[in-house]
Amino acid sequence: MKEPRLQAIEGRSGGFYALAALLGALVAAGLWAAWQMEHHGHAITGMTNQIVWGLPHVFAVFLIVTASGALNVASVASVFGRKAYKPLAPLSAVLAIACLVGGLAVLVLDLGRPDRLVVAMTRYNFRSIFAWNIYLYTGFLAIAAVYLWLMLERRMNRYSRVAGTVAFLWRLILTTGTGSIFGFLVARQAYDAAIMAPLFIAMSLAFGTALFLLVLIGAFRATGRPLGDHLLHRLKNLLGVFVAVVLYFTAVQHLTNLYAAEHHGVERYILVEGGAVTALFWVGQVLVGGLVPLGLVYHPTLGRQRGAIALAGLAVLLGGLAQIYVIIIGGQSYPLILFPGMEVSSSFFDGVIHTYRPTGVELLLGLSGLGITGLITLLALRVLAILPAALGDEQAPAPAAGATEAVRA
Amino acid sequence: MAEQAATRRDFLRAGGALAAGVLLAPGVFLLGPAAARPAGEPASSRQRWGLLVDTRRCADGCDACVSACREENGWGGRGRPETDPQWIRKVRVRDPRSGRSFSLPVMCQHCAHPPCVDVCPTGASMRRADGIVLVDRHRCIGCRYCMMACPYKARSLEHEAVEDPRPWAPRGKGTVESCTLCVHRVDAGREPACVEACRRTGNAALVFGDLADPASEIARSVRELGGEALRADLGLDPGVRYLGLNV
Repeated sequence: MKEPRLQAIEGRSGGFYALAALLGALVAAGLWAAWQMEHHGHAITGMTNQIVWGLPHVFAVFLIVTASGALNVASVASVFGRKAYKPLAPLSAVLAIACLVGGLAVLVLDLGRPDRLVVAMTRYNFRSIFAWNIYLYTGFLAIAAVYLWLMLERRMNRYSRVAGTVAFLWRLILTTGTGSIFGFLVARQAYDAAIMAPLFIAMSLAFGTALFLLVLIGAFRATGRPLGDHLLHRLKNLLGVFVAVVLYFTAVQHLTNLYAAEHHGVERYILVEGGAVTALFWVGQVLVGGLVPLGLVYHPTLGRQRGAIALAGLAVLLGGLAQIYVIIIGGQSYPLILFPGMEVSSSFFDGVIHTYRPTGVELLLGLSGLGITGLITLLALRVLAILPAALGDEQAPAPAAGATEAVRA
Repeated sequence: MAEQAATRRDFLRAGGALAAGVLLAPGVFLLGPAAARPAGEPASSRQRWGLLVDTRRCADGCDACVSACREENGWGGRGRPETDPQWIRKVRVRDPRSGRSFSLPVMCQHCAHPPCVDVCPTGASMRRADGIVLVDRHRCIGCRYCMMACPYKARSLEHEAVEDPRPWAPRGKGTVESCTLCVHRVDAGREPACVEACRRTGNAALVFGDLADPASEIARSVRELGGEALRADLGLDPGVRYLGLNV
């Protein structure tokens, strides 16, 4: 089998410039929002001393979780020896880097003192999962960059498998770290659960694969390059498995909580009485992010249509945003329990459900993370040869043949 | 021989100190339990500063401790309760089964194992050797992870520019702040503003002192009357203890 040639996109069409301009505008708007927040303080956002983390964190965590999952296709190629995926591995690594940079930018620009980033880079408290994460994130960027170089530089290709394995292990630890930001919070009823780490890993696999599918379909379509169905169908089946795993871990998360009487209140809030949070859980997370994509990818006829596969990917991403919103905002809007079984009131909102009304600046800042991710990906496609010139079914053989290739390789 | 001489000197010095303490005046000691710490000397783990709140003496509707803290440390007062910082608040608690109700002040509980210090990425959240938990306002990057981690909701982010902060309580936009146990007063041998204000009302529901000194009033009260921790299930060993939560 002849390996597909990787080729940069031409990037001279009106569509390319329009997309670049749109993404650039998102980034500019986000920078403006961050400057406003820096200037006026967090008072101009909807975040309060009750809802401490808001929309910027929803977008940032979403992108960071997606980043590690976007590397999935490269892992499948390098670590698990599925040769059919190999031509797509560089795009997978680029997408992972782009997502992580987008997410981290939002996280940093939301700090109360973003100007003190140098403090965060020089003073560490190693009991803090945030401090570990600074190393995990920068390490991931470095490893993914080296991995990308080893894949693109022909003479170095033979080392790419080692780098791919390191990147794969690193990303598992990284997402464990992201999930543990919440998993280790003993204070809050909605968190403080070890299942957060595996749940986040499952989420990363689903979101990352969904984003990869969308970028893959979009890039091949926009450049008019041929894309066969075999690989796409294998990827969408993989997406289906990951989505089912997320649903499974979500069910376990809530069933475990429901078993403990002390968590009944917060579970009733999230699952039944939480208004927008409850709607986002059932409609956003479970229906749009779980059942709809499952129905689409495993449907005997719809599941073979490219449009339906793309729609499934989009649904997983929207459901993912809803899921992280439910975790972050829902988890905080339920009050801290200082006196179990008692009715409490105070001037500081003890005992009441906290409302969160996000403002334009935090939405713009959050969206700019998507803008940064998109812009990096677009520019990388333009300057690096990471997209196969063609990926018809003859380049990416059917599963059985692919498996034989892998064994031979 | 040298050892013996040292012992003799120590004995004489201790005797002198004792005599001075006794002779100064009846009931007035030079070396009291809350003696001022000399400048330049680090806080010592021989002390564990704490507060005992007697909820049975804490009057419903009284917020003298809150006003005193606000005045002393210069926080609050913009009329925006959702974003204004609150270092100390009065919480009203009612048992829906028995109808019994009481009120109590809640502030930073100055835990021995503070989750805020554990999660702070830069080490801005810190615990002094004498048990006072503080935020280094020069090192805080405003990530608010400590606010997510604190079970007592004791911390606030300063959401706006701070006009005219007190010299002893530096505060600034974009950083996190909380009760300092009036560390500037404690280091000068005085008690926190809330304790002083509570005593002035006649309720005297707050006792400040050294939990590690068995002879102190607070240690004696805790020994004799108990002293419950809020969220004791978390095992954080807070320095703020309460009486009369469950009677």
